[in-house]
Amino acid sequence: MALQITDACVNCWACVEVCPNNAIYEDKPHFLIHEDKCTECLGDHAEAQCAAICPIEMAIINELGEALNPAGSLTGIPIERLIELGLYKKAA
Amino acid sequence: MELPVISNTPATQSGGCSSSGCGTAPDALAHLPDHIRAKVQDHPCYSEDAHHYFARMHVAVAPACNIQCNYCNRKYDCANESRPGVVSELLHPDQAIKKILAVAANIPQMSVLGIAGPGDPLANPERTFETFRQLSEKAPDIKLCVSTNGLNLPQYVDEIAKYNIDHVTITINCIDPEVGAQIYPWIFWNNKRIRGVEGAKILIEQQQKGLELLTAKGILVKVNSVLIPGVNDQHLKEVSKVVKEKGAFLHNVMPLIAEVEHGTYYGIMEHPSPTAAELQELQDACAGDMSMMRHCRQCRADAVGLLGEDRGAEFTMDKIDVMEIDYEAAMVRRKEVHDALVEQMEAKRALKTPAPVLAAGVPSDARPVLMAVAAKNGVVGEHFGHAREFLVYEASPTGHRFIGHRKVDLYCAGLDTCGDGDLGSVAEPESILDKTITTLKGCEVVLCSKIGFEPWGKLEANGIAPNGEHAMEPIEEAVMAVYRDMHKAGKLSTPISDRKAA
Repeated sequence: MALQITDACVNCWACVEVCPNNAIYEDKPHFLIHEDKCTECLGDHAEAQCAAICPIEMAIINELGEALNPAGSLTGIPIERLIELGLYKKAA
Repeated sequence: MELPVISNTPATQSGGCSSSGCGTAPDALAHLPDHIRAKVQDHPCYSEDAHHYFARMHVAVAPACNIQCNYCNRKYDCANESRPGVVSELLHPDQAIKKILAVAANIPQMSVLGIAGPGDPLANPERTFETFRQLSEKAPDIKLCVSTNGLNLPQYVDEIAKYNIDHVTITINCIDPEVGAQIYPWIFWNNKRIRGVEGAKILIEQQQKGLELLTAKGILVKVNSVLIPGVNDQHLKEVSKVVKEKGAFLHNVMPLIAEVEHGTYYGIMEHPSPTAAELQELQDACAGDMSMMRHCRQCRADAVGLLGEDRGAEFTMDKIDVMEIDYEAAMVRRKEVHDALVEQMEAKRALKTPAPVLAAGVPSDARPVLMAVAAKNGVVGEHFGHAREFLVYEASPTGHRFIGHRKVDLYCAGLDTCGDGDLGSVAEPESILDKTITTLKGCEVVLCSKIGFEPWGKLEANGIAPNGEHAMEPIEEAVMAVYRDMHKAGKLSTPISDRKAA
């Protein structure tokens, strides 16, 4: 089991600094998670650390493709407002 | 002991009666202990005078952040945008050192290196301190600064002291967690994302603790606050009082920058930014009898050059890679330039005409007047239409006082056009003029070296008198000459409230 980074990622490095397994690496166009190293932080922390610090909604997903930080969960900006401005992207 | 909050003029070498203390500008520095005055006299961000002479640079080595602020978003790297948190090129510490040495050799008046982001420097401790460590070895003549949101500050105070970093800026927007919850949706703390009031409470505790630890070590602390109308505007007076009591030597209240195209919470929710008049009112209220820091330009986390300018494009990594820098030689040159600038700064100040002379003939009960100046190098040297910012001065019977700068250009042309360059062509000239007039609200006079027929008429129609008679004169003398003329014309006796109603 491993988490994944989507193309919503803005390459801010926050997750790299906090991953207990050094599982995250720089790549183009965005950072990636090493499948073999990621443990989803089980045994280390109550929350997956990358998802707990990531500032971008929809950037980290689980094996089912579910976003750990869904739209509207981090910024408090209502989804309707994002849709209105054409800034809302549905999960891949 | 309550330290005064602000310093707008440079210190002289000796104590006693400095020319500025007896001169035109209110010398807030005079109230600071000598060792602090010595530290800030060549620091462009702390000394209003020094920012005309000395340059600063930021290196963007700290990408990660550990909190979310509603006025920030992490998505943008836009060449046209100028606001904190925005950068074009992220650097590794080794690259940063190369860049700093190149800039220091080519811009010898660069006195200060700061790490301010684009994330939080203390959320990237390895990169931040590696940069400081190398720099303190290779370029001991450069002053080091760091800015932080304060969350990780207490644990790094000793490390900060180790590298001889003598200036730290903490952004403190509130001391009440209920207010904080409206500014910070979450923080990352002890391996968890903590939201709302609970998160804000931890952040505030860490900021205050960090402030106390730093001042106890004798490290200078400036506090930055973002003025967010309807959220912390009234609260900031209390913040100012508390941080002063805890030893912050300077409080810098900056206006919220929020445009939809920035993609921030406040931008997207169309939260109003404060008007220039609102900002000034709050700065005055926080200052008490002291003057506030009013020359901050809210620069980017990769800015290079004098405040208000950015020469970053001259020092991109590909250009630096082909530069050969002999820093030993550069350091000798830097010392010469530095000493000459300090001398020049002091000589200029000594030459200034004292306030009582400039205000001669104006009765002590005359009302104060705000004037906007299109300035260049300390004189009324810019055409009205070419000005990207106006300096606002208050003239009164006791002399002139620098109030702040008001920008008249756009930060960014918008999402679609971002990066396309020419900002001026985006809006019609007509609407730019309207916007300028709104920005200059509260000013009764605009001094400039030259002004066109059309803006002249429009300014007059809006109650702002254009004045091109003092072209190339020193600002303070020009402002006070106009003030004396207003008195002679009988314009200073009418209370401002009556004038507005008329």
